[in-house]
Amino acid sequence: MILKVNDKNHEVEADPATPLLWVIREQCGLTGTKFGCGIGQCGACTVQMDGVAVRSCLTPLQAAVDKEITTIEGIASGTALHALQQAWIEEQVPQCGYCQSGQIMSAHALLANNASPTDDDIDQAMSGNICRCGTYSRIKKGIKKAAAELALTSTTKIENNG
Amino acid sequence: MGKWTRRAFITTGVLTGGALVLGVAIRPGNRARKVKGMIAGEGETVMNIWLKIALDNTITVIVPHAEMGQGTHTTLPMMLADEMDADWNKVHMMEAPGNKEYANYALAKGFTIGDKDFPSFLIDTVDGVYLTITKQMGLQMTGGSSSVRFTGNLAMRIAGAAAKAVLLQAAADRWEVPLEELEAKNSYITHPASNRSEPFISFAPQAVELSQPAKPKLKTPEEFTLMGTSLTRFDVPAKVDGSAGFGIDVSLPEMKYAAIKAAPVFGAKLKTVDDSEIVNMRGVHKIVRLDNAVAVVADGYWIAKTALDKVKVTFEETGNETVDQKGIYAQYVRDMEASLAGGDEEKDINKGDAEAALKNSGQVVEGEYRVPYLAHATMEPMNCTAHVTADQCEIWVGCQNPLGFANSIAELLHMEPDQVQVHNQYLGGGFGRRFVDDVALQAVHIAKEADCPVKLIWSREEDMRHDFYREANISRFKAALDSEGKILAWNNQYLFKHEPPEAPHIPYDVANQSIHYAMSETHVPWGYWRSVDSSMHGFFTESFIDELAHHAKKDPFEFRRDQLSNAPRFLKVLELAAEKADWGAALPENWGRGISLHQCFGTIVAQVVEVEVLEDGVKVHRVVCAADPGFAFHPDGFEAQMESGIIYGLTAALYGEITIDQGAVVQSNFHDYQMVRMDESPKIETYIINSGHYPGGAGEPSTPGIAPALTNAIFNATGLRIRELPVKNHTLRPSEKILG
Ligand code: FES
Ligand code: FES
Repeated sequence: MILKVNDKNHEVEADPATPLLWVIREQCGLTGTKFGCGIGQCGACTVQMDGVAVRSCLTPLQAAVDKEITTIEGIASGTALHALQQAWIEEQVPQCGYCQSGQIMSAHALLANNASPTDDDIDQAMSGNICRCGTYSRIKKGIKKAAAELALTSTTKIENNG
Repeated sequence: MGKWTRRAFITTGVLTGGALVLGVAIRPGNRARKVKGMIAGEGETVMNIWLKIALDNTITVIVPHAEMGQGTHTTLPMMLADEMDADWNKVHMMEAPGNKEYANYALAKGFTIGDKDFPSFLIDTVDGVYLTITKQMGLQMTGGSSSVRFTGNLAMRIAGAAAKAVLLQAAADRWEVPLEELEAKNSYITHPASNRSEPFISFAPQAVELSQPAKPKLKTPEEFTLMGTSLTRFDVPAKVDGSAGFGIDVSLPEMKYAAIKAAPVFGAKLKTVDDSEIVNMRGVHKIVRLDNAVAVVADGYWIAKTALDKVKVTFEETGNETVDQKGIYAQYVRDMEASLAGGDEEKDINKGDAEAALKNSGQVVEGEYRVPYLAHATMEPMNCTAHVTADQCEIWVGCQNPLGFANSIAELLHMEPDQVQVHNQYLGGGFGRRFVDDVALQAVHIAKEADCPVKLIWSREEDMRHDFYREANISRFKAALDSEGKILAWNNQYLFKHEPPEAPHIPYDVANQSIHYAMSETHVPWGYWRSVDSSMHGFFTESFIDELAHHAKKDPFEFRRDQLSNAPRFLKVLELAAEKADWGAALPENWGRGISLHQCFGTIVAQVVEVEVLEDGVKVHRVVCAADPGFAFHPDGFEAQMESGIIYGLTAALYGEITIDQGAVVQSNFHDYQMVRMDESPKIETYIINSGHYPGGAGEPSTPGIAPALTNAIFNATGLRIRELPVKNHTLRPSEKILG
């Protein structure tokens, strides 16, 4: 089977019912996506399928074939970090860091649909992701900072183009 | 010596050493030569066991603690670099190898003696003793809020200052100028008078031959340049792009994956295993029978897990199959009463005459409080990768105690500890859980039988049901108030004692105190849980104090404030929290405000919580946290730890509950062991007091105070006194004051 992750094709071999999580981690060697609960409760395993945030621990491999999968390893452009990753560093968001790939992937999907989310929007979008280290307030700050940064760069782009 | 515990250690330490020390990190003997092979790269000079200098003048600080999000890998190098006057932009960090030369005796001293001073003529002897003990105990652990307090203050700072001292001496010798005319700055030594300046490395080879002072002069806080600032953490970048290597991410050639199922009833042994359904399953490599568990080794984790689900297992009976939570509480009550009647309790504090005062007082208040078992639920489930050959064992794991792990694995395999290598990885949360070597021993056992490298991963269910739990407990109080509403006598009985020993103590002026405890063993395994005993005593004592304030018809803040005449540090912290929280200002309807004050691992924390009681529960809006850690070496990191500890404690207060039924844990995953999520997470404000006292911890001290501040706020809003956690088990009614 061919699985397309972060714009790269991976030849994988597993029972089609295997959760995508384990295929990404063990066969594609992309270990940034984490196992936390296996039942869709914690969000540590969040990846995007055609731009939509999904829990890879509950997504069977067969549902992911022919889709564009994006993981935490795939959101930077080359060496330039994504605005969310940059904001995460500036706000010193992570503690143990284990949940953060999932947090960033959920936040990434949020910003794709909502360029300037309110506190409530953020609460709604992010409450499927548990952080046992309690970094919630910094995650929120990070999302707002990234949103502002993205808005700024897109205006600059428009201005440059105009 | 078998498995160490911090408590066992303290006893040994006190018995052997007699008493206390300050200082001395590089003694006894400069172990630089011994560790060179372990840590030095090409051309690097190892100054002492905690630091080396490379040819390009970069300095690497060796940190003997795991990084689990508390910032240790940054704060400890800062402490060393500051004392050394090193150029921070050229400082690197390296985690110490799990080797007995890195047995961290600064910790041993710290745990035994804290901040006491010690006559210098005894230091050599005492340090020798400590080093021997620490090596024996395999003490290289991360926990007890200890890294900055003990390793930082008793090792890193001294190592940095001592290295600087010999570098300066080497420069003075070479340039033949008086020592006082030299300056160290940004990893250079300068002689302004002659306009000479050279990097540290050019003096390192000579400097390392000089004997480093055991008690070098340390900077005063006014002289700090790095300590007390919030430098960005070394570990953060790898945690935003998925590259940080946690234990669960390890990959080795030829590695297989294992899933495991242990006996649901603690202590039960494996009886029968029927693996007929999976013996021929594709991808299944081996079925391993352990003493109390069965494991499947396969080509992938999912194969292992699904195969394991098809194995039929039975376990021997232990006699604990009928134990349930109600029975445990009934046993607790029986044991408390029996030991009270029998007079065979342990005394904790006994001053004045509490009994007489209670008898003669006009107003006696009583209260009984309960807390449930709690699991750690680290975000990263337990896991360990092991590779065992005939004469060597290597493991890859995120752990809080690498030397302890190496020792117990050596014992299991009948090897010498030197034959076991522990490769410590980032920890996806520790909170005390990763002190315990259970998963590592399983992985080693399985890998040995499977005859290939094996990564063992626990399911979340396994993790929840085979933890080492914060114990359920009961605390009973009886107090007398005098005619002015002050506490005249305080009688408190509780169960069990671990640490910190002062967890049940109160800072208030109470002349007559009797604090005592009983024991009541169960088969449920106990473990260190963030803030340990303080996680319950904070709730017990600060709730009961609130009840007393209510009975004395006093404001809860003023009631506390007016009885702190012997505890000025506590008073300041309490007043700061009240001031920042605008204590006394009017609140909307159905809102309430609660306060708490508690000291834990050397840091005093006061919290004010604002809640709103709704039809379907309680909303925590705001937490104001004031803390006196003595000195916050990394203020932003300290603040992050306060926030983290509060969310951890809030989760426990609102939802945390592990119950025992039929001898086993009922809860299994995050749907029935609920966590506070972003939409429930309050606004937290932290205010720090740098009082100049000996540094206290950061990772644990904010956890104990959140539960009582929360339940006191609920009392303030509703009149309902919550005497048993978690809050979710109580029905809260807005706008209906029931006076309790
Ligand atoms: S591991 Fe998928 S939601 Fe927890
Ligand atoms: S940073 Fe540790 S779980 Fe979120």
